[in-house]
Order: sequence, then C-alpha cells, then structure tokens
Amino acid sequence: MISLKGLFGEKSAPTAGSLTSGFTSRTTAIVVVVLFATTILASAANLWLSPDSPLYVSTYTITLLGKYLCYALLALAVDIVWGYCGVLSLGHAAFFALGGYGMGMYLMRQIGDRGVYGNPELPDFMVFLNWESLPWYWLGMDQFWFAMLIALAVPGLLAFVFGWLAFRSRVTGVYLSIMTQALTYALMLAFFRNEMGFGGNNGLTDFKDILGFSLQSDNVRVALFAITALMLMLAYVLSHFIMCSRFGRVIVSIRDGEARARFMGYRTERFKVWLFVYSALLAAVAGALYVPQVGIINPGEFSPINSIEVVVWVALGGRGTLYGAIIGAILVNYAKTRFTAIMPDGWLFALGALFVLVTVFLPKGIAGFIEQRVEAMRGDSGSGGDGGSSHKQQNAEGASA
Amino acid sequence: MFANVLSSWGISVKQTRQLIGWVFSLSLLLGSSWLYAQQSIDKIESTDNYAVAISADVDQLFKDLAAANLREKSNIITSLDQQSGREMLPVYQAMLNGELYYDKESLQLYQVKDNDQGKESVYSVFSGELVEGQTAKGLKKVRVNNKLRKQLRGSIARIQLLFGERAERQAAAQTMLDNISPETLALFQDAAENESDQEIRDLLAVGMAMNTVATASATEERVAAIGVLSTRLETPVRNQLMNLVDKDSSGEFVEQDAAVRAAAESALKEIDGKIRFYGFMEKLFFGLSLGSVFLLAAIGLAITFGVMGVINMAHGEMIMLGAYTTYVVQLLMPNHLEWTILVAIPAAFLVSGSVGVIIERTVIRFLHGRPLETLLATFGISLILQQLVRTIFSPLNRQVSTPDWLSGSIELNPVFSLTYNRLSILIFSLVVFAILMLVMKKTSLGLNVRAVSQNRNMAKAMGIKTERVDSMTFGLGSGIAGVAGVALSQLTNVGPNLGQSYIIDSFMVVVFGGVGNLLGTLVGSFSLGVANKFLEPVTGAVLANIIILVFIILFIQKRPKGLFPQKGRAAE
Repeated sequence: MISLKGLFGEKSAPTAGSLTSGFTSRTTAIVVVVLFATTILASAANLWLSPDSPLYVSTYTITLLGKYLCYALLALAVDIVWGYCGVLSLGHAAFFALGGYGMGMYLMRQIGDRGVYGNPELPDFMVFLNWESLPWYWLGMDQFWFAMLIALAVPGLLAFVFGWLAFRSRVTGVYLSIMTQALTYALMLAFFRNEMGFGGNNGLTDFKDILGFSLQSDNVRVALFAITALMLMLAYVLSHFIMCSRFGRVIVSIRDGEARARFMGYRTERFKVWLFVYSALLAAVAGALYVPQVGIINPGEFSPINSIEVVVWVALGGRGTLYGAIIGAILVNYAKTRFTAIMPDGWLFALGALFVLVTVFLPKGIAGFIEQRVEAMRGDSGSGGDGGSSHKQQNAEGASA
Repeated sequence: MFANVLSSWGISVKQTRQLIGWVFSLSLLLGSSWLYAQQSIDKIESTDNYAVAISADVDQLFKDLAAANLREKSNIITSLDQQSGREMLPVYQAMLNGELYYDKESLQLYQVKDNDQGKESVYSVFSGELVEGQTAKGLKKVRVNNKLRKQLRGSIARIQLLFGERAERQAAAQTMLDNISPETLALFQDAAENESDQEIRDLLAVGMAMNTVATASATEERVAAIGVLSTRLETPVRNQLMNLVDKDSSGEFVEQDAAVRAAAESALKEIDGKIRFYGFMEKLFFGLSLGSVFLLAAIGLAITFGVMGVINMAHGEMIMLGAYTTYVVQLLMPNHLEWTILVAIPAAFLVSGSVGVIIERTVIRFLHGRPLETLLATFGISLILQQLVRTIFSPLNRQVSTPDWLSGSIELNPVFSLTYNRLSILIFSLVVFAILMLVMKKTSLGLNVRAVSQNRNMAKAMGIKTERVDSMTFGLGSGIAGVAGVALSQLTNVGPNLGQSYIIDSFMVVVFGGVGNLLGTLVGSFSLGVANKFLEPVTGAVLANIIILVFIILFIQKRPKGLFPQKGRAAE
C-alpha cells in the first residue's frame, strides 16, 4: 500500500483534488487485493472442492463471474473517457464487439474441419454462402498472436480516426455522444450483412477450443476467469497510474474547462484522442476475453442500447472513480441476471427506472455516496480533510456543467 | 400476361392463338346475326328469372350451358359473346372462379360462394344479391376446364375492352398489349371505332402499330409504325423494339431490314431516355417522401434541443405513442375507418404532448443544465415507455388500416406513379412545418420560446416564466412527434420499436441542419432523404445508411454547427 502511494502519489501536488488524495491510492490497492482474493478463492473453490461442499463454486458461476469482470473492464473504459474527460461515448460497445470479433475469428479458425460441413479452411457460414476461399481479412487469423494484434489494432485505429476527426473539429458534449451512437449503429448495420463475411445475423459461434485447450473444460473456464481478473487488475493499476500522471491531470483539466486548458497552451484534442484510444483498447480487451467465455459474438453486441447500458453502470457506480465503474457494472449485471430469471418483462422497467433515479437522485453514484460518508467520518475526527472536500465539490460541479 | 398465365398451365402460345383465332372466326360468323337479334329484342318477351332483362335466346343459352358438356359449353359461350354485352361479365367471372351453379330442376343459374361469415350462400348471378330461401344443396356446379377458362378470360377481356368503364377498358387494352396477334388486332380495331377516350384510343393505336411492325412487309409502313411506338413507355413496346435490334446466336441480326433496325434503335434510345428521366423523378419522389418522414420525426427534436439544449432520447417513443394512438382511435371507431386519421392527428398531439409535459415536469426539470444526464434519464424513460407498450399491446406489430382516400396512386405513365399516402404525407409534413413556423414567428409563445433559447437569464429577467416556456416547448415538440407517429402508421407497421428506428436518423438530421434552426431541419431532412434514395440502388440500403453516417461525421468536421448555425449572441 505504501509502495503504491509512493509510486503514484509523489508526482502530484498536494492541493490537486480528489484524484491523488491518499484515498484513491488506497482504494486502488483495496480493489486489486479484493479482486485477487476473489479470483483465488473462487477458482480454488471450483477446482479443489467437491461439488457437494457448501462452499463449492460451480463452473457456471465462474463463467458468470468472468462475464461480469469483462463488463467491469468495459465500464472502466467508459469511465476513463466519461468520468475523467467528460466525453460521453455512447458507442463503446463497438470497440468491445470489434475486439470480440477479433477473438471470434481466431476461435472460428480453430474449429478446423470439425464444423458441420467439415471444411478445413472455411468456417461453416462461408461454406453455406458458397464462398470459394477465405476473404483476405480472415487470412492469418488462425495465429493467436496475430488475431490478438488485429483484435486490438482495429478498434484502436477506429478510435484514433474517429477521435481525431471529432476532437480536432471540437465536437463536444451531446453532439459527440450522438456521433458515437451513430458509429456503433452503422457498424451494427454493416455486420448484419452476410456479405461482410462475419457470419451476418448469426455472428460467430460454435467454438471448440482455444490454443489447443477445449473451451468446455472446467480448467480452461477457470483460467479464462483468472486471466480476465488479471487483466482487470492490470488495467486498473495502469489507469490509476495514467490518471495520476501529468497526462491525467491535463485530462481532468480539459473536463473541467476545455477552453482554459487550450488557452494555457495544451493541444487538448491530442490528449483526448490518446485517452480515447486507450479506452477503446481496454474495451477491445474486454470484448476479446468475453467471447470465449460466452461462446458467441453477433452483431447485436453493436446495438446502441448496449453502449448506453454501460454508461448507466458507470453512472450508478459513480463516474470519475475507477472503482465505481467496477461496482456499478457488477451490481447492475448481477441484478440483471437475477431479474431476468424471475421476471423477464420487468427488467426493462427496472433498467429504465435505474437510469432516471440515478441521474436525478444519485448524480455521483454509489462511489460518490461512499466518499461522502468517508469524508464526513474524517470531518468528525477532525483530521483536516476540508481542503480536499472543497476541491472535490468544485470538480463535481465542473463535471456536471 | 394472358399468354404467360396460360403457358404456366402448360398451354403454348401457339395453341392460344389457335384458340383465339377459332373464337374469332366463329364470332365473325355470328356477328351479323347478333345485329339482327339486337333489333328484334323488343319483340321477344323477356323472362324475369334473373331480375335483369335478358332475351329469351340468352335464357335458352343459359339453360343449355347448365346441361352442356365441356365442348358444347365452349360453343355456347361463343354464342353468348355474340348475343349480349357487359351484363355477361359477372356470369363469366363466376364461371371462371368455379362459383357458377345450376338448379337441376329448372336449370336456373346461380352464383354460390362463402358469405362474410364464411358460410356457403347462394347469390343471383347478375345482381350479386343474396337469394333468400335457396340453399346450395340442390345445386350443381357448372364445370369448367383449362381450355374453357382460357376462353372465358378472352371473353372477359373482350367485354371489358368493348363495354367496360374507362379504367377497365384501359386496363384491358394494356393487358392485351402483351400478346398482340391478328385476333386481338381485330378486337382492337373494333374497339377503336367505338372508343371516345383519347388516351385509350392511343393505347389501341399502339397495339395496332405493334402488329404492323410485326407483320407488315413494306419498310415505310413499319418505320412509320415504329415512329408511333417511339413515344410510348409500355413494357411490351420496349420488348418488341429490343427484339428488333437483337442478334441471334450466330451473330446475325434477327431483323433483316436495316431501315427498320435503325428506326427501332432510335426509338429505343428515345424511350430509354424517357425511362431514365422518370426513374430519376421516381427516386426524387421517394427521396422527398423519406425526407418528409425525417422532417416530421426530427422537427420536434429540433425544437426541444434548440430551445432547451436537451436531447430527448425518448423522442422516438413519442412518435411510437402517436402511432399507437392512431391504432386505439381506430379500435374505438370501427364504423368510421375513413375518418380515424383525422381524429387521430389531434388525439396523438394531445397524448404525446401531455406525456412530454409530464416527463418535463417530473424528470427533466431537475436535470437543468446537465445535458449528458438528461440524455441518460430520457433514455431510461424511453425504455420504460417501450416496455409499457409491449406489456399493454403485446410485442407484436399492430396493423393500422389505410383509409380509401389515402390508398391507390396517381399513375402518370407506365413507369412513373405517385402513391397517395406518400404524397399526402409529403404535403402534410410541409403543412405541419408551416404551422410550426407560424407558431414560432407570430405567437407570443413562439416569441417567448425564441427569447429563452437565445438568452435564458435575460429572458427570465424580462419576466418570462422560463420554466413554463420549457414545459410548453417540450409539450409542443413531443406533440409534433405524436403527429409524426400518425403519419408513420400509414407507412410502416406499428410496433414497440417504431420510434427507435427513426431516432438516430432524426438526430443526424438535426445535427446536419444545425441545432435550433427549423429551416436547417427542413433542408437537412430533405437532402438526407433524397441522398439516401439515390445511393440505395447503387450501394444497397444498408451501405447507403452507412455512407450517409460517415458523410455526416465528415461534414461535422467542416461545419461543426451544422448547415445553418445560429448566429449572433445566441451562439456561445
């Protein structure tokens, strides 16, 4: 904990607001430790306990947890651009899905001649469409390293081009949100087409194995879950590091007053573009980890509502705090799993109400609520947290303006 | 078409021609006696079996028809063709559909078909009225075979061409163009003599010219006929000309006469030019039609966004509510389906408008000055509204019927027609736009709205109740969305996702046109609509959509505030 503080805390000036207060560094450590412990315990409970034991964690639960962690990583990506830079992206599911398609293509090639049509080269849907050979963009996707490179490079490049075009011409606020939504909508339409060569409506599915290990085996599922947790931890620490760096401070200043930051000589669009690309890469990693765990990727993942759902996870958890995004993603998705099992029709009502209630009554989310509590406790014990809290207030106001 | 139908039954064109030729030679033979019969009709006492005055001859023929075998029937029909006119049409049609029955005792003919409740009932064969007290039990069907059906179709076309209403005559002539033969030619010549309508006479002349081109031997005659054809846009004309300039498999021209070929080529060029022009006009019309839908959907959004800076993600659901209001109004007044639309327009305005006001009062008011949060909250509302409609009306699509005065189309020529519903929605959208412009420019509400949109604080200082203006504006924008829903219910199915499919396009229109500028919305929606329809045939519908989205993203680079940005102090 102390070492973490030393790593990230030194560069920041003491009056810089909530981001670099000891509280955040400590939460980073807490998050990492909690994630680590959960992963180890859940994996161990699955692998070494007998199914009769009350503490046994079923493989289904492990996969579910893995899925939640992928969502958490996606929420983290959205939080980084929205919470820290004020860029509300309603199209992050596009990067998520593109990453997922990259992984999906690799898994598709791994099926080999075990498909329904038994063609060693072509995936089933291409045989079905009477295609003669692999399209050029499928070449090389049977190599894991290359597929992963593409799964990251394509969303990253898209984010770079889109961000560069949008931020350069100072498209901000609601305009930008609508444009990102249009982006994911356009991609959804495109991927629904059979001619695109990504399986059209059905997407990519029926995967068999990854790197030679069967996707059905418990060990592989636990490993995927553990890797997801590891990636989330890495992303969290890296994001914390970035947000505490000089770069991160410029980002926050852009959020609170872009014109001022620009007048001070910062090329704000460059900062925003690189942050956007970073965030898109995180989303792509989440997507790539998501696909082998759920076993399917289809164009529905691009649908605008998915992206907006991510935003509400972040809003509920509390934007501008990295751990808030994770809490929000896990809470909402857990609720969704439970709710759709009990009352399928009610879920959209609940989700809609959540949107309205969170924005009206809980603008800073659960994390904001917790921080308020902690501040209040500190205020009671008189340990001089006043300066920090007034800064935080300013920040929050700036973010909401 | 005639020939196509027959050949689909395995009867060749040649056989058809033989048959028709046979029918006509018989009819020519009997033609003179028909004239004679016409004169003597007064003398022959008419029977009242059929509630229509028919001659005893015809009555006798009917009796024969009931009892005859298939070959005799064919002769009887030929005789009937000679002896009567238009009144025979329902008999032929009933016979063609296998609905003609006869009483075994009296040999009286009846039509038997299912009534509205799906129960078999007996109708008078001429008037189509229900015959009380007569059951289908004692009746026997007048049997027909394919050969007879073919003959009946010919007879029906002949009756329609000679005695039909104007539209019937036109349709019959157009159908017969598909299969011009010496026999149809005789009929055409017959019809042309009695035809008073210029348009149909032209059509008949086309048929005759087609025959001339096909059969005449003199070059001048054929070239002249091609000259007549070169002004026409009918498909059979074009097909015939194409055949004239075609080469056969050995590379030789099918048509030996070079002069005829040259004439056909220039005629084709002329026709193709015209078809291209009308194709262009059609695309333009579809584009404008799509634009009018965009306009209706986006205009309410432009108001709320322009004035309050609020993006209402539930705007699409306001459209959906309007469409469902139309559906409910239709359920409430099933006996006046013609006028439901007129009732639905104000009803939808009120329903969507009041829902809009409620949303503004209960949610949006508290999120003032936080546009991104408003976006999220209204998105939540849209989810709730969608699910609500799904729960109440089921997730399935609902059908809203189109009144008669909105269905059908104006057919300007064979390749270009305007459908009434699209045309009226185009006009309707412009009317709504004009009314809204008037409201914004000429009423005190409009003045207040403009004042608040330009400088909220100053307006407040001048005593304008900005909160009230906000509610009214939101209500107005939502109400117009509801009206858009009424219009859309005439074009597409009414379902819970109706609004969603238009919301992104509407946003694009608003962003493209420039926020807070109604004129920009007008130009934006029509140009996007037209661009979409012109791209569609080249790239396919989905790719056209994508190209337009990419174009707008690039356009925003050049003009971040849209086509018509707000000027002066209103712009930050």
